Amino acid sequence: MPSTSLSRRTFLKTTGGALVGTLAFASGPIALLAPSRSWAMPLDALSSHEGEVLLQVTKHLFPHPGLEDAVYAFVVKDLDRAAEAEANRTLLQGGVKALDDDASGDWLALAPNDQYLRVASLEGTSFFEKVRSTAIVSLYNNPLAFTHFGYQGEEGDKGYLYNGFSDLTWLPEPPQPANGYMPGEVPS
Amino acid sequence: MAMTDNQTRFQHDDDHVAVIIGSGAGGGTLANELAQQGIDVVVLEAGAIHTRDDFLADEWASFSQLAWLDPRTTSGSFRLAKDFPNLPAWIVKSVGGTTVHWAGASLRIQPHEFRALSEYGKVEGANLLDWPVTYDELAPYYTRAEDRMGVTRTNDIPGLPGNNNFHVMYTGAKNLGYECNTGHMAINSQIRDGRASCQQRGFCFQGCRTGAKWSTLYTELPAAIATGHMELRPQSHVAHIEHDAQGKVTGVVYFDANGDQQRQKARLVAVAGNSLETPRLLLNSASSLFPDGLANSSGQVGRNYMRHTTGSVYATFDEPVHMYRGTTMAGIISDEAHHDPSRGFVGGYEMETVSLGLPFMAAFFDPGAWGSDFTGALDQYDHMAGMWLVGEDMPRESNRITLNTDLKDAFGMPVANVHYDDHPNDIAMREHAYRQGSAIYESVGAKNIYRTPPYPSTHNLGSCRMSQRAQDGVCNGFGQSHDIPNLFISDGSQFTTSATENPTLTIVSLAIRQAEHIGQLMKEGIV
Repeated sequence: MPSTSLSRRTFLKTTGGALVGTLAFASGPIALLAPSRSWAMPLDALSSHEGEVLLQVTKHLFPHPGLEDAVYAFVVKDLDRAAEAEANRTLLQGGVKALDDDASGDWLALAPNDQYLRVASLEGTSFFEKVRSTAIVSLYNNPLAFTHFGYQGEEGDKGYLYNGFSDLTWLPEPPQPANGYMPGEVPS
Repeated sequence: MAMTDNQTRFQHDDDHVAVIIGSGAGGGTLANELAQQGIDVVVLEAGAIHTRDDFLADEWASFSQLAWLDPRTTSGSFRLAKDFPNLPAWIVKSVGGTTVHWAGASLRIQPHEFRALSEYGKVEGANLLDWPVTYDELAPYYTRAEDRMGVTRTNDIPGLPGNNNFHVMYTGAKNLGYECNTGHMAINSQIRDGRASCQQRGFCFQGCRTGAKWSTLYTELPAAIATGHMELRPQSHVAHIEHDAQGKVTGVVYFDANGDQQRQKARLVAVAGNSLETPRLLLNSASSLFPDGLANSSGQVGRNYMRHTTGSVYATFDEPVHMYRGTTMAGIISDEAHHDPSRGFVGGYEMETVSLGLPFMAAFFDPGAWGSDFTGALDQYDHMAGMWLVGEDMPRESNRITLNTDLKDAFGMPVANVHYDDHPNDIAMREHAYRQGSAIYESVGAKNIYRTPPYPSTHNLGSCRMSQRAQDGVCNGFGQSHDIPNLFISDGSQFTTSATENPTLTIVSLAIRQAEHIGQLMKEGIV
């Protein structure tokens, strides 16, 4: 029914929040790519607070020292997208609310280790699995993550033949013929 | 212009054509071999045409483009049933089939592996059998297939240059006294047969944009079309095979790109839909004459499904590796491929480098994982080397493809359920392989070593196996079904045992041999 979907869209618009942050590592590889040190990611279905909780939950599940919050924000963005479906929105908002309710209304105010223990205890719940299974794709499938972890992604499309496919220098070069031949190189 | 634009077209009621279902290693090769003999062929391929220009250097996007994502279900105790319950196999739904996605390893099955039952003896809980074809009978076809596919280290074709991942494997292999080289690969190391040499892109699993890797998509299929004797119909999903009152097959019913039902008459039908779809199609073709499905008087259709005993070892080092640069399968160790029961298992296994991009490493490294052990591994991604372990698994009657009548595909046909339990032999072999793989990396100074469980199966074998006697299998040594003379099995489903080696070269060799046999049978008026 059109009126329902219109009101839902209005609801989403008025409740949408945003994640904002500042790159923590000014000289890191991601900072070199970024146009500015501050970043913002608008949310449509989730509030800013819900986004912040989900970002922190994701960091507890997948702790990478030195990985910018801006990369974790991709997970929140995808959870936000999923939350446009009512069942997912209920699941995610319910999960955040349960965390808060058990922490005198503000799970984010807890000490990090306390936060972690409470998240870990949720393993097996559909809230936990929704965040985990979204993060396992979203966190590692974006150019910022590629840069951080040292994966060259689409750069490979042009080929590494003359660009590092065998640039390893900490082991002796294997002999031919085992090590094969470059195109045009004639086996002697 | 699409490759199919100017092809010969055959009428739906033209009953002199041979119909081939599937355009991969088996179907695509068979189509070309028949067309070269002047035999008219219609190839029905469930997938769409994706050309080299369409391929993506992006793992998830490519997966969505190429993978067979129609629903399937799983049961049994194998770990995939828990990790990927609806993705038991990672195979391709696209013109060219799984030859679009394969890594290119082209190893011959060893002579003794064709005689698995005689060589290994009876293994409890396994359904071992000798192949009805010997190595010597297949050898000339292996030779032809290696030339056709341009396999390195055969026909005076130089080996591919080794990448960083190979360098780590090679050093460790030598430390353990193993031989190791860059393998027998159907990937051009030099310009050959109108195809470029490998540029070491590292996206073998996503389709080879340069065409250096052999695929029926840009070799056998266009060559067959050029003869004027083959019509390729993409997005044609076969629902069932029809037969006459005498029990000979007469044609197939399929759904075209618009979802409209079509009927193509045929003088013979060759099924090459991969080991999941081939038995599914025979079972879905049950009739009053064949209530248990076509070619199933033995009850063996769908049984003895094999997927190779697999696993991966990844190791991290102080210095960078960047394993994702260059060919995915860049080095092979075959020293454990022999049969030596003193290791605690029958059959053998290969160790082959493998690499995944960051997105798939996250997805497949330890499915379901979270926490600092997992992230600690990924933190070392660019310092990681990897190998895939692939060995012979035991055929078991209870490992089988059945119809799941509770779940239907888009055309209302029951989907395939894949049931698999690891045999104790599989478990012992995997453990041995994990140990040896780990020792290789330890000898090179690995910091951390990780055992990764099997991926969704890429080597799907058996399920319509060849046998000497009709009661032991589904087809004879030429892939001709025991029950129906003009019905053929033309893919890896024919395999009597899985053997150790990556199967594509054998599938292609069997297809070349089968085409010759079909030509002979047609001359004799038998089909």
